[in-house]
Amino acid sequence: MTAKVVTVASGKGGVGKTTSVANIAVALASRGQKVTCIDGDIGLRNLDVILGLENRIVYDLVDVIEGRCRLRQAMIRDKRLPELYLIPAAQTRDKTAVSPSDMVRLCDELRQEVDWIIIDSPAGIERGFKNAIAAADRVLVMTNPEVSAVRDADRVIGLLDAEEKGPAALVINRLDPAMVKRGDMLSVEDVLDLLAVELIGIIPEDENVIVASNRGQPLALDGKSKAGQAFQNIARRLMGEQVPFMDLESQNLFQRLLGRK
Amino acid sequence: MAETSSLIQIKGIRDGLLITLGGADWADLATAFVKNVDERSSFFNGARVALDVGVNELRVAELSALRDQLSERGIALWAVLSESRVTETTAQNLGLATRISKPRPMEVREVVDELPGDAAKWVKGPLRSGGRVQFDGNIVVMGDVNPGAEIVASGSVIVWGRLRGVVHAGAQGDDQAVVCALELAPTQLRIAGEIAVSPKKQGKSQPEIACLKDGQLVAKPWQDLTGR
Repeated sequence: MTAKVVTVASGKGGVGKTTSVANIAVALASRGQKVTCIDGDIGLRNLDVILGLENRIVYDLVDVIEGRCRLRQAMIRDKRLPELYLIPAAQTRDKTAVSPSDMVRLCDELRQEVDWIIIDSPAGIERGFKNAIAAADRVLVMTNPEVSAVRDADRVIGLLDAEEKGPAALVINRLDPAMVKRGDMLSVEDVLDLLAVELIGIIPEDENVIVASNRGQPLALDGKSKAGQAFQNIARRLMGEQVPFMDLESQNLFQRLLGRK
Repeated sequence: MAETSSLIQIKGIRDGLLITLGGADWADLATAFVKNVDERSSFFNGARVALDVGVNELRVAELSALRDQLSERGIALWAVLSESRVTETTAQNLGLATRISKPRPMEVREVVDELPGDAAKWVKGPLRSGGRVQFDGNIVVMGDVNPGAEIVASGSVIVWGRLRGVVHAGAQGDDQAVVCALELAPTQLRIAGEIAVSPKKQGKSQPEIACLKDGQLVAKPWQDLTGR
Protein backbone atom coordinates (compact mmCIF):
# COMPACT_ATOMS: atom_id res chain seq x y z
CA MET A 1 0.00 0.00 0.00
CA THR A 2 1.39 3.38 -0.92
CA ALA A 3 -0.67 6.26 0.26
CA LYS A 4 -1.35 9.42 -1.69
CA VAL A 5 -0.74 12.53 0.37
CA VAL A 6 -3.32 15.25 -0.27
CA THR A 7 -3.05 18.66 1.42
CA VAL A 8 -5.94 21.10 1.63
CA ALA A 9 -4.76 24.74 1.69
CA SER A 10 -6.31 28.14 1.07
CA GLY A 11 -4.29 31.09 2.31
CA LYS A 12 -7.36 32.83 3.70
CA GLY A 13 -8.90 31.51 6.90
CA GLY A 14 -12.52 30.49 7.34
CA VAL A 15 -13.16 29.25 3.82
CA GLY A 16 -13.82 25.70 4.99
CA LYS A 17 -10.51 23.82 4.86
CA THR A 18 -11.01 21.83 8.04
CA THR A 19 -14.65 20.97 7.28
CA SER A 20 -13.61 19.80 3.81
CA VAL A 21 -10.73 17.68 5.12
CA ALA A 22 -13.13 15.97 7.53
CA ASN A 23 -15.74 15.39 4.83
CA ILE A 24 -13.36 14.27 2.10
CA ALA A 25 -11.72 11.86 4.55
CA VAL A 26 -15.11 10.51 5.61
CA ALA A 27 -16.21 10.19 1.98
CA LEU A 28 -13.05 8.26 1.05
CA ALA A 29 -13.36 6.01 4.10
CA SER A 30 -17.03 5.32 3.32
CA ARG A 31 -15.84 4.02 -0.06
CA GLY A 32 -13.67 1.41 1.60
CA GLN A 33 -10.43 3.37 1.48
CA LYS A 34 -8.05 3.43 4.41
CA VAL A 35 -7.59 7.08 5.36
CA THR A 36 -5.57 9.02 7.91
CA CYS A 37 -6.12 12.73 8.30
CA ILE A 38 -3.54 14.94 9.94
CA ASP A 39 -4.41 18.25 11.57
CA GLY A 40 -1.58 20.62 10.60
CA ASP A 41 -2.99 23.57 12.53
CA ILE A 42 -0.81 23.25 15.61
CA GLY A 43 -2.00 25.51 18.41
CA LEU A 44 -5.47 26.01 16.88
CA ARG A 45 -6.69 22.51 16.31
CA ASN A 46 -10.24 21.94 15.05
CA LEU A 47 -10.32 18.81 12.97
CA ASP A 48 -10.85 16.62 16.03
CA VAL A 49 -13.95 18.64 16.95
CA ILE A 50 -15.48 18.41 13.49
CA LEU A 51 -14.86 14.67 13.36
CA GLY A 52 -16.31 14.35 16.88
CA LEU A 53 -13.12 12.80 18.27
CA GLU A 54 -12.02 15.55 20.65
CA ASN A 55 -12.48 13.57 23.86
CA ARG A 56 -10.36 10.67 22.64
CA ILE A 57 -7.07 12.49 22.17
CA VAL A 58 -4.21 11.07 24.21
CA TYR A 59 -1.18 11.70 21.99
CA ASP A 60 -0.79 14.22 19.17
CA LEU A 61 1.34 15.05 16.14
CA VAL A 62 4.05 16.78 18.17
CA ASP A 63 4.27 13.79 20.54
CA VAL A 64 5.01 11.56 17.54
CA ILE A 65 7.59 13.95 16.10
CA GLU A 66 9.35 14.43 19.42
CA GLY A 67 9.36 10.68 20.06
CA ARG A 68 7.07 10.56 23.10
CA CYS A 69 4.88 7.94 21.45
CA ARG A 70 4.75 5.68 18.45
CA LEU A 71 2.88 6.74 15.33
CA ARG A 72 0.20 4.10 15.92
CA GLN A 73 -0.56 5.44 19.38
CA ALA A 74 -1.40 8.90 18.05
CA MET A 75 -3.79 7.57 15.40
CA ILE A 76 -7.33 7.89 16.71
CA ARG A 77 -9.74 5.46 15.09
CA ASP A 78 -13.11 6.90 14.07
CA LYS A 79 -16.23 5.65 15.82
CA ARG A 80 -18.28 5.21 12.65
CA LEU A 81 -15.76 4.22 10.01
CA PRO A 82 -13.15 1.66 11.10
CA GLU A 83 -10.80 2.63 8.25
CA LEU A 84 -10.62 6.30 9.22
CA TYR A 85 -7.94 7.66 11.53
CA LEU A 86 -7.01 11.10 12.82
CA ILE A 87 -3.65 12.37 13.99
CA PRO A 88 -4.61 15.47 15.97
CA ALA A 89 -2.52 18.62 16.32
CA ALA A 90 -1.02 19.71 19.62
CA GLN A 91 -3.00 22.51 21.20
CA THR A 92 -0.38 23.74 23.66
CA ARG A 93 2.41 24.27 21.13
CA ASP A 94 2.87 26.33 17.97
CA LYS A 95 3.85 25.79 14.34
CA THR A 96 7.58 25.88 15.06
CA ALA A 97 7.29 22.57 16.94
CA VAL A 98 7.14 20.84 13.54
CA SER A 99 9.41 21.23 10.52
CA PRO A 100 8.80 20.37 6.86
CA SER A 101 11.23 17.45 7.02
CA ASP A 102 9.44 16.08 10.11
CA MET A 103 6.25 15.98 8.04
CA VAL A 104 7.99 14.23 5.15
CA ARG A 105 9.42 11.62 7.54
CA LEU A 106 6.07 11.08 9.26
CA CYS A 107 4.18 10.69 5.98
CA ASP A 108 6.79 8.30 4.61
CA GLU A 109 6.25 6.11 7.65
CA LEU A 110 2.46 6.30 7.24
CA ARG A 111 2.46 5.70 3.49
CA GLN A 112 2.94 1.96 3.90
CA GLU A 113 -0.14 1.60 6.09
CA VAL A 114 -2.95 3.56 4.42
CA ASP A 115 -4.38 4.54 1.02
CA TRP A 116 -4.81 8.24 1.71
CA ILE A 117 -3.21 10.83 3.96
CA ILE A 118 -5.25 14.04 4.06
CA ILE A 119 -3.48 17.02 5.65
CA ASP A 120 -5.34 20.08 6.92
CA SER A 121 -3.18 23.16 6.38
CA PRO A 122 -3.52 26.18 8.65
CA ALA A 123 -4.45 29.54 7.13
CA GLY A 124 -1.54 31.72 6.05
CA ILE A 125 1.54 31.08 3.94
CA GLU A 126 4.14 30.77 6.68
CA ARG A 127 5.69 27.85 8.55
CA GLY A 128 2.44 25.95 9.13
CA PHE A 129 1.60 26.06 5.42
CA LYS A 130 5.14 25.00 4.47
CA ASN A 131 4.85 22.07 6.90
CA ALA A 132 1.51 21.03 5.46
CA ILE A 133 2.63 20.97 1.82
CA ALA A 134 6.11 19.50 2.37
CA ALA A 135 4.96 15.91 1.91
CA ALA A 136 2.03 16.53 -0.42
CA ASP A 137 1.64 14.64 -3.70
CA ARG A 138 -1.39 16.73 -4.53
CA VAL A 139 -2.71 20.02 -3.15
CA LEU A 140 -6.35 21.05 -3.14
CA VAL A 141 -6.73 24.82 -2.95
CA MET A 142 -9.92 25.90 -1.27
CA THR A 143 -11.70 29.16 -2.00
CA ASN A 144 -15.07 30.84 -1.56
CA PRO A 145 -16.71 32.81 -4.37
CA GLU A 146 -15.47 36.05 -2.80
CA VAL A 147 -12.86 38.41 -4.18
CA SER A 148 -10.59 38.32 -1.12
CA ALA A 149 -10.60 34.51 -0.86
CA VAL A 150 -9.88 34.20 -4.59
CA ARG A 151 -6.91 36.60 -4.27
CA ASP A 152 -5.43 34.50 -1.49
CA ALA A 153 -6.02 31.30 -3.46
CA ASP A 154 -4.16 32.88 -6.38
CA ARG A 155 -1.20 33.65 -4.10
CA VAL A 156 -1.18 30.10 -2.75
CA ILE A 157 -1.33 28.60 -6.26
CA GLY A 158 1.67 30.76 -7.20
CA LEU A 159 3.60 29.56 -4.14
CA LEU A 160 2.75 25.94 -4.95
CA ASP A 161 4.02 26.39 -8.50
CA ALA A 162 7.27 27.83 -7.16
CA GLU A 163 7.72 24.87 -4.80
CA GLU A 164 6.89 22.49 -7.68
CA LYS A 165 3.89 21.17 -5.78
CA GLY A 166 1.58 22.17 -8.61
CA PRO A 167 -0.62 22.00 -10.50
CA ALA A 168 -3.10 22.64 -7.75
CA ALA A 169 -6.73 21.50 -7.97
CA LEU A 170 -9.42 23.97 -6.98
CA VAL A 171 -12.40 23.50 -4.67
CA ILE A 172 -15.01 26.26 -4.63
CA ASN A 173 -16.91 26.19 -1.35
CA ARG A 174 -20.15 27.86 -0.20
CA LEU A 175 -21.48 28.65 -3.66
CA ASP A 176 -25.02 30.04 -3.58
CA PRO A 177 -26.59 29.50 -7.03
CA ALA A 178 -29.39 31.98 -6.33
CA MET A 179 -26.94 34.76 -5.48
CA VAL A 180 -24.88 33.97 -8.58
CA LYS A 181 -28.05 34.18 -10.67
CA ARG A 182 -28.83 37.62 -9.23
CA GLY A 183 -25.29 38.70 -10.05
CA ASP A 184 -24.43 39.21 -6.36
CA MET A 185 -21.77 36.48 -6.17
CA LEU A 186 -18.81 35.47 -8.30
CA SER A 187 -19.72 32.54 -10.51
CA VAL A 188 -17.65 29.39 -10.96
CA GLU A 189 -16.61 30.78 -14.36
CA ASP A 190 -15.46 34.08 -12.80
CA VAL A 191 -13.27 32.24 -10.31
CA LEU A 192 -11.80 29.85 -12.88
CA ASP A 193 -11.21 32.73 -15.26
CA LEU A 194 -8.81 34.32 -12.79
CA LEU A 195 -7.19 31.26 -11.24
CA ALA A 196 -6.85 29.16 -14.41
CA VAL A 197 -6.45 25.80 -12.66
CA GLU A 198 -8.24 22.47 -12.73
CA LEU A 199 -11.55 22.37 -10.81
CA ILE A 200 -12.11 19.33 -8.61
CA GLY A 201 -15.18 20.31 -6.61
CA ILE A 202 -18.01 22.77 -6.14
CA ILE A 203 -19.73 22.70 -2.77
CA PRO A 204 -23.06 24.52 -2.44
CA GLU A 205 -23.86 26.72 0.54
CA ASP A 206 -25.70 24.51 3.02
CA GLU A 207 -26.58 25.38 6.61
CA ASN A 208 -26.49 21.70 7.52
CA VAL A 209 -22.70 21.90 7.25
CA ILE A 210 -22.57 24.09 10.37
CA VAL A 211 -25.02 21.87 12.24
CA ALA A 212 -23.02 18.78 11.30
CA SER A 213 -19.71 20.38 12.32
CA ASN A 214 -21.08 21.38 15.70
CA ARG A 215 -22.34 17.86 16.31
CA GLY A 216 -19.11 16.24 15.15
CA GLN A 217 -21.04 14.26 12.52
CA PRO A 218 -19.51 15.04 9.10
CA LEU A 219 -22.09 15.68 6.42
CA ALA A 220 -20.60 13.32 3.87
CA LEU A 221 -22.14 10.46 5.89
CA ASP A 222 -25.58 11.89 5.05
CA GLY A 223 -26.70 10.74 1.62
CA LYS A 224 -29.41 13.37 1.21
CA SER A 225 -27.51 16.63 1.59
CA LYS A 226 -26.23 18.35 -1.55
CA ALA A 227 -23.05 19.47 0.19
CA GLY A 228 -22.47 15.92 1.41
CA GLN A 229 -22.88 14.66 -2.16
CA ALA A 230 -20.43 17.27 -3.39
CA PHE A 231 -17.81 15.95 -0.94
CA GLN A 232 -18.51 12.38 -2.07
CA ASN A 233 -17.95 13.56 -5.65
CA ILE A 234 -14.57 15.08 -4.73
CA ALA A 235 -13.58 11.76 -3.15
CA ARG A 236 -14.57 9.90 -6.33
CA ARG A 237 -12.60 12.35 -8.49
CA LEU A 238 -9.55 11.91 -6.24
CA MET A 239 -9.90 8.16 -6.79
CA GLY A 240 -9.69 8.75 -10.53
CA GLU A 241 -13.38 8.54 -11.48
CA GLN A 242 -14.89 10.95 -14.00
CA VAL A 243 -17.83 12.51 -12.19
CA PRO A 244 -19.85 15.31 -13.81
CA PHE A 245 -20.44 18.42 -11.70
CA MET A 246 -23.82 18.53 -9.96
CA ASP A 247 -26.60 20.69 -11.27
CA LEU A 248 -26.99 23.13 -8.39
CA GLU A 249 -29.70 25.17 -10.07
CA SER A 250 -32.35 22.52 -9.46
CA GLN A 251 -32.04 23.11 -5.73
CA ASN A 252 -34.23 26.21 -5.71
CA LEU A 253 -37.50 26.22 -3.79
CA PHE A 254 -39.87 26.88 -6.67
CA GLN A 255 -38.72 23.83 -8.59
CA ARG A 256 -38.79 21.75 -5.42
CA LEU A 257 -42.43 22.74 -4.89
CA LEU A 258 -43.14 21.68 -8.44
CA GLY A 259 -41.80 18.29 -7.45
CA ARG A 260 -38.76 18.33 -9.69
CA LYS A 261 -35.60 16.78 -8.40
CA MET B 1 33.77 13.01 4.64
CA ALA B 2 36.97 14.78 5.69
CA GLU B 3 37.63 15.24 2.02
CA THR B 4 34.23 16.77 1.26
CA SER B 5 34.36 19.16 4.19
CA SER B 6 37.45 20.73 2.66
CA LEU B 7 35.26 21.52 -0.34
CA ILE B 8 33.21 23.89 1.80
CA GLN B 9 34.64 27.39 2.01
CA ILE B 10 33.18 29.91 4.40
CA LYS B 11 33.79 33.63 4.00
CA GLY B 12 32.36 36.61 5.82
CA ILE B 13 30.76 39.20 3.53
CA ARG B 14 28.85 42.39 4.22
CA ASP B 15 25.51 40.58 4.04
CA GLY B 16 26.40 37.64 6.27
CA LEU B 17 28.26 34.53 5.21
CA LEU B 18 29.22 33.41 1.73
CA ILE B 19 29.58 29.67 1.53
CA THR B 20 31.12 28.07 -1.51
CA LEU B 21 30.23 24.45 -2.18
CA GLY B 22 31.78 22.68 -5.13
CA GLY B 23 33.80 19.88 -6.59
CA ALA B 24 31.69 16.96 -5.44
CA ASP B 25 28.31 15.35 -5.82
CA TRP B 26 25.51 17.64 -4.57
CA ALA B 27 23.99 15.11 -2.16
CA ASP B 28 27.40 14.66 -0.47
CA LEU B 29 28.02 18.39 -0.40
CA ALA B 30 24.64 19.16 1.15
CA THR B 31 25.03 16.44 3.78
CA ALA B 32 28.57 17.55 4.59
CA PHE B 33 27.48 21.16 4.86
CA VAL B 34 24.56 20.39 7.19
CA LYS B 35 26.90 18.22 9.29
CA ASN B 36 29.38 21.09 9.38
CA VAL B 37 26.59 23.39 10.57
CA ASP B 38 25.54 20.95 13.29
CA GLU B 39 29.11 20.71 14.56
CA ARG B 40 29.40 24.47 14.87
CA SER B 41 25.81 25.38 15.62
CA SER B 42 26.71 28.32 17.87
CA PHE B 43 28.72 29.91 15.07
CA PHE B 44 25.99 29.43 12.46
CA ASN B 45 22.90 30.12 14.55
CA GLY B 46 21.05 33.20 13.31
CA ALA B 47 23.34 33.60 10.29
CA ARG B 48 22.28 34.98 6.91
CA VAL B 49 23.81 32.76 4.31
CA ALA B 50 24.51 33.10 0.60
CA LEU B 51 25.48 29.88 -1.15
CA ASP B 52 27.77 29.65 -4.15
CA VAL B 53 27.04 26.28 -5.74
CA GLY B 54 29.26 26.66 -8.80
CA VAL B 55 28.19 24.48 -11.71
CA ASN B 56 25.78 22.29 -9.73
CA GLU B 57 22.38 22.02 -11.42
CA LEU B 58 19.80 22.14 -8.67
CA ARG B 59 16.07 21.45 -8.88
CA VAL B 60 13.50 22.98 -6.55
CA ALA B 61 13.22 19.84 -4.43
CA GLU B 62 16.97 19.79 -3.70
CA LEU B 63 17.30 23.47 -2.97
CA SER B 64 14.12 23.75 -0.90
CA ALA B 65 15.16 20.69 1.13
CA LEU B 66 18.46 22.35 2.01
CA ARG B 67 16.72 25.67 2.72
CA ASP B 68 14.29 23.92 5.09
CA GLN B 69 17.12 22.02 6.81
CA LEU B 70 19.00 25.27 7.31
CA SER B 71 15.96 27.15 8.56
CA GLU B 72 15.38 24.42 11.14
CA ARG B 73 18.89 25.22 12.38
CA GLY B 74 18.19 28.93 12.61
CA ILE B 75 19.98 29.84 9.39
CA ALA B 76 18.36 32.08 6.80
CA LEU B 77 19.34 31.23 3.24
CA TRP B 78 18.82 34.41 1.22
CA ALA B 79 20.85 33.99 -1.94
CA VAL B 80 22.16 31.29 -4.24
CA LEU B 81 24.89 32.04 -6.74
CA SER B 82 25.46 29.69 -9.60
CA GLU B 83 26.95 29.36 -13.05
CA SER B 84 24.01 27.15 -14.03
CA ARG B 85 20.91 28.75 -15.56
CA VAL B 86 18.77 25.95 -14.15
CA THR B 87 19.92 26.63 -10.62
CA GLU B 88 19.41 30.37 -11.02
CA THR B 89 15.84 29.83 -12.19
CA THR B 90 15.22 27.45 -9.29
CA ALA B 91 16.54 30.01 -6.82
CA GLN B 92 14.37 32.74 -8.34
CA ASN B 93 11.32 30.47 -8.14
CA LEU B 94 11.97 30.01 -4.45
CA GLY B 95 12.28 33.76 -3.98
CA LEU B 96 16.03 33.68 -3.33
CA ALA B 97 18.41 36.31 -4.65
CA THR B 98 20.87 35.22 -7.32
CA ARG B 99 23.26 38.15 -6.95
CA ILE B 100 25.03 39.54 -3.92
CA SER B 101 26.26 43.11 -3.76
CA LYS B 102 29.40 42.30 -5.73
CA PRO B 103 28.33 40.46 -8.87
CA ARG B 104 30.41 37.51 -9.91
CA PRO B 105 32.56 38.26 -12.94
CA MET B 106 30.43 37.57 -16.00
CA GLU B 107 31.77 35.38 -18.71
CA VAL B 108 32.30 37.59 -21.72
CA ARG B 109 30.47 36.10 -24.65
CA GLU B 110 30.35 37.48 -28.14
CA VAL B 111 26.74 37.54 -29.32
CA VAL B 112 26.70 37.82 -33.06
CA ASP B 113 23.09 37.34 -34.03
CA GLU B 114 21.53 39.76 -31.59
CA LEU B 115 18.62 41.79 -32.89
CA PRO B 116 18.89 45.55 -32.60
CA GLY B 117 16.84 47.17 -29.85
CA ASP B 118 16.72 47.50 -26.09
CA ALA B 119 16.96 44.67 -23.65
CA ALA B 120 13.70 43.08 -22.56
CA LYS B 121 12.90 40.56 -19.88
CA TRP B 122 10.72 37.70 -20.98
CA VAL B 123 8.33 36.44 -18.30
CA LYS B 124 6.20 33.37 -18.73
CA GLY B 125 2.84 33.87 -17.03
CA PRO B 126 0.54 33.77 -15.33
CA LEU B 127 2.02 36.17 -12.83
CA ARG B 128 -0.03 35.50 -9.72
CA SER B 129 -0.77 37.52 -6.59
CA GLY B 130 2.48 38.17 -4.71
CA GLY B 131 4.59 37.77 -7.84
CA ARG B 132 6.86 40.70 -8.65
CA VAL B 133 9.03 41.36 -11.68
CA GLN B 134 11.44 44.26 -11.76
CA PHE B 135 13.79 44.94 -14.65
CA ASP B 136 15.99 47.72 -15.92
CA GLY B 137 14.58 47.69 -19.46
CA ASN B 138 11.39 46.45 -21.10
CA ILE B 139 9.27 43.59 -19.80
CA VAL B 140 7.19 41.18 -21.85
CA VAL B 141 4.74 38.93 -20.03
CA MET B 142 3.28 35.96 -21.83
CA GLY B 143 0.09 35.28 -19.86
CA ASP B 144 -2.19 37.01 -17.38
CA VAL B 145 -1.01 39.37 -14.65
CA ASN B 146 -3.40 38.81 -11.75
CA PRO B 147 -4.45 41.30 -9.06
CA GLY B 148 -1.79 41.48 -6.34
CA ALA B 149 1.09 41.00 -8.80
CA GLU B 150 3.49 43.84 -9.57
CA ILE B 151 5.56 44.74 -12.61
CA VAL B 152 8.18 47.47 -12.51
CA ALA B 153 10.17 48.33 -15.63
CA SER B 154 12.43 51.24 -16.46
CA GLY B 155 11.15 50.84 -20.04
CA SER B 156 7.84 49.67 -21.49
CA VAL B 157 5.63 46.75 -20.51
CA ILE B 158 3.78 44.43 -22.86
CA VAL B 159 1.34 41.88 -21.52
CA TRP B 160 0.07 39.21 -23.86
CA GLY B 161 -2.89 38.45 -21.62
CA ARG B 162 -5.06 40.25 -19.09
CA LEU B 163 -3.32 42.90 -17.05
CA ARG B 164 -5.04 43.26 -13.67
CA GLY B 165 -2.15 43.82 -11.26
CA VAL B 166 -0.09 46.93 -10.58
CA VAL B 167 2.18 48.05 -13.39
CA HIS B 168 4.83 50.76 -13.44
CA ALA B 169 6.49 51.57 -16.76
CA GLY B 170 9.26 54.14 -17.09
CA ALA B 171 9.97 53.65 -13.40
CA GLN B 172 13.09 55.78 -13.59
CA GLY B 173 11.30 58.68 -15.22
CA ASP B 174 11.08 57.70 -18.89
CA ASP B 175 7.86 59.40 -20.04
CA GLN B 176 8.06 57.76 -23.47
CA ALA B 177 7.37 54.35 -21.93
CA VAL B 178 4.10 52.61 -22.79
CA VAL B 179 2.01 49.79 -21.36
CA CYS B 180 -0.02 47.54 -23.60
CA ALA B 181 -2.11 44.50 -22.91
CA LEU B 182 -4.75 42.32 -24.55
CA GLU B 183 -7.02 43.46 -21.74
CA LEU B 184 -5.85 46.56 -19.93
CA ALA B 185 -7.50 46.61 -16.52
CA PRO B 186 -4.69 47.15 -14.00
CA THR B 187 -5.37 47.79 -10.32
CA GLN B 188 -3.09 50.78 -10.77
CA LEU B 189 -1.19 52.03 -13.79
CA ARG B 190 1.91 54.15 -13.47
CA ILE B 191 4.05 55.64 -16.19
CA ALA B 192 7.05 57.69 -15.03
CA GLY B 193 5.61 59.88 -12.24
CA GLU B 194 1.91 59.65 -13.17
CA ILE B 195 -0.55 57.32 -11.47
CA ALA B 196 -4.02 56.27 -12.61
CA VAL B 197 -6.57 53.61 -11.78
CA SER B 198 -8.56 51.80 -14.45
CA PRO B 199 -12.05 53.11 -15.05
CA LYS B 200 -14.86 50.55 -14.70
CA LYS B 201 -15.19 48.98 -18.10
CA GLN B 202 -18.31 47.86 -19.84
CA GLY B 203 -18.75 45.69 -22.88
CA LYS B 204 -16.17 43.62 -24.65
CA SER B 205 -12.56 44.22 -23.82
CA GLN B 206 -10.03 44.85 -26.51
CA PRO B 207 -6.27 45.26 -26.72
CA GLU B 208 -5.23 48.68 -25.51
CA ILE B 209 -2.14 50.81 -25.14
CA ALA B 210 -1.53 53.35 -22.40
CA CYS B 211 0.95 56.20 -22.67
CA LEU B 212 1.62 59.70 -21.41
CA LYS B 213 0.20 62.53 -23.48
CA ASP B 214 0.86 66.09 -22.29
CA GLY B 215 1.48 64.80 -18.78
CA GLN B 216 -1.81 62.86 -18.76
CA LEU B 217 -2.17 59.09 -18.73
CA VAL B 218 -4.32 57.99 -21.64
CA ALA B 219 -5.40 54.56 -22.85
CA LYS B 220 -6.65 53.90 -26.34
CA PRO B 221 -7.67 50.85 -28.33
CA TRP B 222 -4.84 49.20 -30.20
CA GLN B 223 -6.67 49.40 -33.58
CA ASP B 224 -6.47 53.20 -33.59
CA LEU B 225 -2.73 53.01 -33.94
CA THR B 226 -2.76 50.79 -36.98
CA GLY B 227 -4.77 53.41 -38.85
CA ARG B 228 -7.74 51.15 -39.52
